Amino acid sequence: MIRKLFDIIAGNAVPAVFIIISAFAIPLSGYSASYLIQELLTRIGRNSFLILSLLIPIMAGMGLNFGMVLGAMAGQIGLLFICDWGIVGIPGMLLACLIGTPIAIVLGIFCGAVMNRAKGREMVTSYILGFFINGVYQMTVLYLMGWIIPITNPALLLSRGYGVRNAVSLLGIRGILDNLIPAIITGTQGAGQFFSVQGGNAFVMIQLPFLEGSIRIPLATLIVIALFCVFIVWFRKTKLGQDMRAIGQNQAVADSAGIPVNRTRIIAIVISTVLACYGQIIYLQNMGTLNTYNSHDQAGMFSIAALLIGGASVSRASIANVFVGVILFHLMFIVAPMAGKNLIGEAQIGEYFRVFVSYGIIAIALVLHAWKRNREREAARRSLRGNKGGE
Amino acid sequence: MIGRFIQNAGWPRIIIALFLLGLFIAAPFVGVRVDTSLSNTLVRFGMNGVMVLAMIPMVQAGCGLNFGLPLGIIAGLLGATLSIEWNVEILARLAELGAQYKISWLNEAFLTSWREPIGFASAVVIAVPIAAVLGWFYGKLLNRVKGDEMMIATYVGFSSVSFMCIAWLLLPYKHPTMVWGYAGHGLRTTISVEGYWLHVLSDALALDINTENIHLYIPTGMLIFFAVMAFLVWVFMRTKTGTAMTAVGSNPDFARASGVNVDRMRTISVMLSTVLGAIGIIVYEQSFGFIQLYMGPFYMALPAVASILLGGASVNKAGILNVIVGTFLFQGILTMTPSVINSYLQTDMSEVIRLIVSNGMILYALTRKVRAGR
Repeated sequence: MIRKLFDIIAGNAVPAVFIIISAFAIPLSGYSASYLIQELLTRIGRNSFLILSLLIPIMAGMGLNFGMVLGAMAGQIGLLFICDWGIVGIPGMLLACLIGTPIAIVLGIFCGAVMNRAKGREMVTSYILGFFINGVYQMTVLYLMGWIIPITNPALLLSRGYGVRNAVSLLGIRGILDNLIPAIITGTQGAGQFFSVQGGNAFVMIQLPFLEGSIRIPLATLIVIALFCVFIVWFRKTKLGQDMRAIGQNQAVADSAGIPVNRTRIIAIVISTVLACYGQIIYLQNMGTLNTYNSHDQAGMFSIAALLIGGASVSRASIANVFVGVILFHLMFIVAPMAGKNLIGEAQIGEYFRVFVSYGIIAIALVLHAWKRNREREAARRSLRGNKGGE
Repeated sequence: MIGRFIQNAGWPRIIIALFLLGLFIAAPFVGVRVDTSLSNTLVRFGMNGVMVLAMIPMVQAGCGLNFGLPLGIIAGLLGATLSIEWNVEILARLAELGAQYKISWLNEAFLTSWREPIGFASAVVIAVPIAAVLGWFYGKLLNRVKGDEMMIATYVGFSSVSFMCIAWLLLPYKHPTMVWGYAGHGLRTTISVEGYWLHVLSDALALDINTENIHLYIPTGMLIFFAVMAFLVWVFMRTKTGTAMTAVGSNPDFARASGVNVDRMRTISVMLSTVLGAIGIIVYEQSFGFIQLYMGPFYMALPAVASILLGGASVNKAGILNVIVGTFLFQGILTMTPSVINSYLQTDMSEVIRLIVSNGMILYALTRKVRAGR
């Protein structure tokens, strides 16, 4: 009974702590409700897809896929090409996905194969693999693009004639998905209709009287994310999904049941990598600028931290964890610098605090996971010994 | 014979060594001086050597590669900054002690002429206990997460670095050369050690040949310091404790059966590793000339890990020779690629090459099947 209670508390301790931190930090920051909701909605739209891409490898028992940065890099390469060719709007985004997909698949197969050679330490391997591929990516983008790989747009290239600039403007696809179906929540007492027309654009209008100002909702992005959640729910029920869960439970048993373990693990990583590629494209269409050499680095760390803050563990993660995590993590992200400034007079503290929390939370989650696993192993061994002694 | 040599040395090492050799051969043709390159390599070797040495105890005790090196580095940074903060007080206290106990050589003149080495020593003396305490906690943590040490070590390192970012801002440092001028508090991102202990090891007994044809600089003091540290580690690994540690790393069950306290050995190895990391960063700083705070130590574990792997260590076996060979090869590549390849291609590819070589090396070690019976 007490053990059960302990498990429940331990299972939800991380989100609870974050709710408490936010409860203190929100009033300290002094932001208005509508500003916070607006920021949160934007960030949910921006980040959820990336975080969702982590779910499938966890299901297959491969831990947190630090190799998702590989997919992010593939997406960025796709974006660089459409920028060079000047293809804008939804076709541009789709084309970027189309270019990114084969790259992501190849990288995913590579990543999966490497992880199969390092069973039991998948996470640290995929983490280092991220750095390694980052080197290859930098080599490609900084030296080969514009030299061997044709990139001609001078706005993209460094002045020396090859290599891509550090910051690339994605004006052509900026906010294109977010604003595909324009939707606004407004608090002003105005026309009561559901649809309104302003400047020739149709808006979905929702009125909430207690709100000040108006909030734009990235409706199309949210729909894409919702569809993707449905996909994951469906995928879990397929043969492949069931195989992955079996492997996640016990590789040896899955193997003797005739499931091709290594192949299924590679497929899990490939799916994750491809989805991370799309996720990064969605993320960057919202940001509107591509930090050629940094964007992907942060994608991995922030996604993993958000998922863990949502109450997921290394071996267990659900769709609910993703959304709880993205809300709590980004709430802290928004309010921490301002709260730090108002509390101690230095915004820098809040800045460092949120970096510390991101890393700290990953560390704690990993420790808890390993601890629990070792304890279970110990208990299993003891029970085995106990039985022998008794009989 | 050659086949056996290749098998012993391993292909990656041979390829990298040949690459480095090629760079040294190519250097004169692109206008890069071999003697200055060699000097630079030696200086970097001395700078990084002790930090690479810090990998040995943990690898030998089966705790894996110490990706948590930043924890030791933080202890070193605390020692370094405190030695500057308290520089005057420490010297005054020593003079007092000299007078009190009638130690004739511990007088004003001695303290003035030995001011810098004393500053360096005080940095080490402050850093070592801090590192030992941090290492103890870190070791206890790693004992509870057997099997996942490397990933957790990485994030322990990261979170301690980002925690210290806050601490550097808030700790009550007062020394005017170290805090931000306009705010009056909070440490600067880089602090010069000039006037405190800049080059105290590097320039000790240094061989500096600077004639028309040859520019050679050998930081003898720093190399001797590294040699002494390496010797101490070598001796330690051959003591009773060291042997027990190796036994734990090779086969924990067997070690436990022979009456070795596995957890205790692991904790000692982690403490030793952290202490060496702390000393290592101080050696690095006295040669580099600056203390780098905040995000400075963030990625410092990776080059050290890559070096020892490049030297032929595996995830569970490492020796002094691996450190020496690996550090020399790795630092050699880092010194030679910017100068030689830049002169040839007119671009700076060194950063990319560093990323690929170091992480490729770690990846190779992680994916290598550990041979049974070793």
